[in-house]
This record gives sequence, structure tokens and C-alpha cells, in this order.
Amino acid sequence: MNQTEWWASESFWRKTAIFVTAGMLVVLIGLTFDTVNAITAGNGAVPPYSVINQRVFYRFDDNRGYQVPVIGDEAPLFGKKLSEQEAAELVSHGKLTVQAKNCMNCHTLLGNGAYYAPDLTKAWLDPGWGNEAARERLMITFLKDPEGNARTFGTGRRMPNLNITDEEAHAVVAYLKFMSAIDTNGFPTGFTPIKQGEE
Amino acid sequence: MAAHPFDSTNLSAGQKVAVKYFIVAIALLVAQILFGMLAGLQFLMPDFLHGVLDFNVNRMVHINAMIVWMLFGFIGSCYWLVEDESGEELVGAWLANLNFWIFTLAVAAVVVVYLFVQIGPGELKSIWLINEGREYIEAPRWADIGIVVCMLIFFYNITATFMKGKWSGISGTLVLDLVALAGMYLFGMFYTSNISMDQFWWWWVIHLWVEATWEVLVGCIMAWGLIKVLGTNRRIVTTWLYVEVALMFGSGILGLGHHYFWIGTPEYWLTVGGFFSALEPLPLVAMVVHAVYDAGSHGFKSRNHPAMAWLIAHAFGNFFGAGVWGFMHTLPQINMYTHGTQWTASHGHLAFFGAYATIIFAIIYIAIQKWRGDVWMSANLAHGWRWKWALGLLNLGVLGMTMALLISGYDQSFIERALGGSTWAAYFEAQNHSWFLEGMFWRELFGGVTAVGTILLIWDMLTIGAEETQPAQEVGRDSEPSGLGAELQPAT
Repeated sequence: MNQTEWWASESFWRKTAIFVTAGMLVVLIGLTFDTVNAITAGNGAVPPYSVINQRVFYRFDDNRGYQVPVIGDEAPLFGKKLSEQEAAELVSHGKLTVQAKNCMNCHTLLGNGAYYAPDLTKAWLDPGWGNEAARERLMITFLKDPEGNARTFGTGRRMPNLNITDEEAHAVVAYLKFMSAIDTNGFPTGFTPIKQGEE
Repeated sequence: MAAHPFDSTNLSAGQKVAVKYFIVAIALLVAQILFGMLAGLQFLMPDFLHGVLDFNVNRMVHINAMIVWMLFGFIGSCYWLVEDESGEELVGAWLANLNFWIFTLAVAAVVVVYLFVQIGPGELKSIWLINEGREYIEAPRWADIGIVVCMLIFFYNITATFMKGKWSGISGTLVLDLVALAGMYLFGMFYTSNISMDQFWWWWVIHLWVEATWEVLVGCIMAWGLIKVLGTNRRIVTTWLYVEVALMFGSGILGLGHHYFWIGTPEYWLTVGGFFSALEPLPLVAMVVHAVYDAGSHGFKSRNHPAMAWLIAHAFGNFFGAGVWGFMHTLPQINMYTHGTQWTASHGHLAFFGAYATIIFAIIYIAIQKWRGDVWMSANLAHGWRWKWALGLLNLGVLGMTMALLISGYDQSFIERALGGSTWAAYFEAQNHSWFLEGMFWRELFGGVTAVGTILLIWDMLTIGAEETQPAQEVGRDSEPSGLGAELQPAT
């Protein structure tokens, strides 16, 4: 019984599997080189770490059809302008803190993580902080003592005390400000930022 | 006294190692469900265990226990089939045993640290010693290195055994896939302060595992399982396996792009990811057609009914959970509203259960049959209601959780995203809505159904076949037609 059509034969599909897999890998590797370059801090969609020295606005882009970040005037975080190197170190300390405190298993970052607490992608720009002048102080106070400053918005869910030090809290805020300036192709959709500066 | 107790003399060297992996896999499954229920309960009772076992700890143990029990299940499955498939004894049984104990103790140590240390200061040493804080691959760096070493030993054992014995289409595919599976893990083992770069490579591990290499691995296990349980012709299953690999890697490798919509990556990923991930259900359709056709063409006459039922559950579960539930929100125009909501949890529950839990249960049933001395496990099995009810309750439980989470997810898409403008106020408005809360209630209830199903499953696994007096059902091997065309010919 050797009536197998070529398209149904084992050897045809073995070759197809090998060529398709190899072809897709080549395309993926090519795109990876391009993407890694594009997402290196300071190369475009991901801003330089020193972006924490400036205001971050969002403007609707007619061509792209959604809001994109616009880096505005100078507004150094905690009133102290940092060099690119100092900013990178502060943001890195913030990210290490976010990882070590396991934030991602309650919150989402860039939409990835757990869904027990709000997304942090644009936490820095959230209107929930009230006004720009109070924001930095409120964020630091909350991070250091989330139990004492608990706001559960009716859910009863409270952030636990994670023993975040003053230094760590400042670094986390820097990290959140940096993240809020990443061009996320319009995610989360329809976001309305807090009023800032001359707006 | 059981007529057929578990007797290790019935097992080969590799199979003795395999059953150890299966036992730990089931123990971790219990942990997964327990901590999942605790985390689910905290949505309903936020003060429950607050400050003791917070949501982030429970959720981390829930998803990590799942990843690890499935890895243990896969490793066990490979050790189970390697000697049968290669015709050769496992080359390093002592090494496999040593590896098993090291791996198990390391997992235990990681879990103890998760539960009792939980978090650390914002320094690199926390990432090396406590947890890495990155979803699914939270294991601290020391454990990452341990996992790589364990995977290399496992890979050596499997490959060297095939090299000593004979190769087949299944074993060739399996070995190449294991190289990719182990290799992918390395991409998750570095620290960067750039969150976009972090998530870009993180998805190389997570996506290229669960939506590519794991799928091909279960394709290999399925192919071997169908030969064993039904007596399906090897050339047919091998040809189907190649079809699945072509479709799986053809869609899944660039389907990675559906995770690159919103993390700061270039806009072309919206097109690439949307298109290729929309094709990802295709190989899963092929698996359903293949499994159901094979079962039907053999008149559902199998040598192991519970295993066959779980293989069919796998084919459908994989198609619906990974395929349909993934497809529903994979296009960027929809994903914009669903990404980071309970939609993902809904998809995750059905996909991991449907694609992976089911097939590991099938192989464990095959193992139990042999462990008891090739006992009868076909029609009219003593206490056969147990495996059927376990199958029914587990599928009902997971499907119920999936639907409940989906409703909560819809609520978030509408209220938080579409209407509310994605602020924190909008997030909480959605969380407080009755649709969301009802979804959370029903999820917990169906979580309970899943837990009852699991208890029944374990009871059944411990007892099934013990009182049987007949030997296993003989299944005739197919005659020699080859290629896919043979599927279309009437069974003889």
C-alpha cells in the first residue's frame, strides 16, 4: 500500500516542519535585533533615564490614532536634577525594589502581572494623586506606610506594609515616572493624565 | 489486600524515576489549587490572612507550583517513554535519581523562602536569594542556575539513551524541542533596569515555552500516547506530529509578537503579532481532528480508558483554552481593552489546564497501569465512577472558573477601559461593580469544584486497577498504510 500522496507523506511534512521553523526563527532573530535597538533607553520609544528631570505629557496623535508621550519642560523629581548616570542608578534601584517586594503579583506593569491591584504603567500620571504639587509627597508617604495611609476605594483591599525604606520609596517613584514616559502604543486605552504645569 | 499493589519490579529503570516525578507533580498540583483558592478568597474577603500570607505570596505560589508541577510532569513523561521509544535502558538511572532529589529539594527550599521570607530589600541579593519578582519565573537566581543544571542532566539522559538505542520521528522531535525548551530559560536570567527590555526577553521564556516548545513537547507525548493506548500506526502519528510542529512553530514563533503590543516595542509588532497569533489555533485544530479520528477509527477500544479520556480532554482543552480563548483577545484592537484584565486569567486557567494538566494526567494513568502489572483499565472497570467523576468535576470546575473570570474581565474592559479611561478610579469602579464581584464569587465556587475533583482524582490514582484480575486489553496494531491519506481509509 504505497499510494500515499506527496502532500500526505511523512518526509514532506518533516521537511516542511524544519523549513518553517528555521524560517520563522530567522525572521524572529532579525526583528529581535531591530527591536532591542529600538527599546534601548534613550533610543526612542523608551526614553533616557534622565526623563525623570522633565514633565511627561500625553497628546493625541492623529496619525497613530492614540495618545503618545510628549516630554515637556524641566521638572526635576524631588527638586533635584540628576545626570543620566545618576538617574539610571535611581531608576535601577526602584526597579530592584519593585522586583524584591514582589509588586507584580498584585499589580500589573505595562499590563503584565496580577490583577488584584491597579496597573502601574502610568501610576505617576494618575489623576488619583489629586494635584501635581502634592503628588511626590503623597507617593512617598503611601509607599512607606501603605497600611496607615490605606485607601481601598471601596474594595477593602489594602496594600500590605512591605518595609519600604525612604530611599527605596524615592527610587520607586523615579522608576514609576520613567515607566510613565514609555511609548506603549496607546496602552492603557483612553488614559487621562493628571493636570500638570501650564496645562 | 489488593490483587495488584503498586510494584516497582514491574517498572524499568527510567519508569522508576518517572513515577517519582509524577508523585511530586501531584503534590505540587495540590499546592497550586490550595494557594489559588486562598488568593481567590482574598478577592472576596480582602482581610483574610492580610499581613500573613498576602495576595502576592499566594498568587506567586499558585502560579509557580503550576509551572513546576507541569515541568515535573513533562520530565516524568519523558523518562517514562524514553526506554520504550529507544528500545534501550536509561543510560544514567543513578544520575536521574540524584537529579530528582536535588531538583525536589531545591523546589522545597524555594517554596519555604517564598512563604516565610517573602520579600527582601531592593537589592540584587534579594533577586539572587529570595525571589526575582517577575511573574512565572519568580524563582531566585540561584534556583535558576539549579534548574538549568537539572535540565541539562535530564537532557543528557534522554538524548544519550536515544543515541544508544534507536531514533524515531517522535524522539527526534522531542530531543530538538528539549534543546529549545532548556535554552529559552536562559533568556530570563539577567537583570536590567529597563522594564521594556526586561519584558521583551521575559516573553522569550514565557511565550516560547507555553505557546511553542511546551506545545510541541505535548505533541510528542500525545503521539506516543496514541500509539500506546490505541495502537495507532506510527507513521500516521509521526506525520501528524510533523504537521503540528510546522503549524505550531509556523504560527507560534512570531505569535510571540502579541506580547509586544504595549511594552514599548515598535508598532510593527501590532501587525506581526496580531497576524501570526491569530493563526495559533490551527495546529490545535489538527490535534483535535487527529486524536478524535484515531479514537473513533479504533471504535474507542483502548487499553487504558482513563488515559484515553484525558488525551481527548487534552485535545479539546488545548483547542478551546489555548486556541479559542487566546484568539478571542489576540488582535490588538481587542487586546487594547482586555490586556491586564481578568480576560487573561480566564484564558490562563483554561489553557494551562486544557493543554498541559490533562495530558500529564493521561500519562500518569498509563504509568499506574504498568506499575500495577499491566492490569485491565478498559471498560467496566471496578469503581470506574471515580475516574469519570474526577474527569467531569475537574473539567467542570476549570470551565466554570474560566467563564466566571471572563465575565469579570468583560466588566473591566467595559467599565475600566472603554468607559472609564483606564485611570485608577476607573479600575476601582470596575472592581466594585456587581458583575465583577459575582464573577469572583463563582470563580471561587468552581475552584472548590476543581479541588473536589482533584481529591477524587488522587483517590482514583491511588486505587484504580488494584482489584482487577484481568490483564490489560489487547489493542491491535494498525496495518501498514502510511501517511495522512490512511486516516481517510476505513479502519480494518
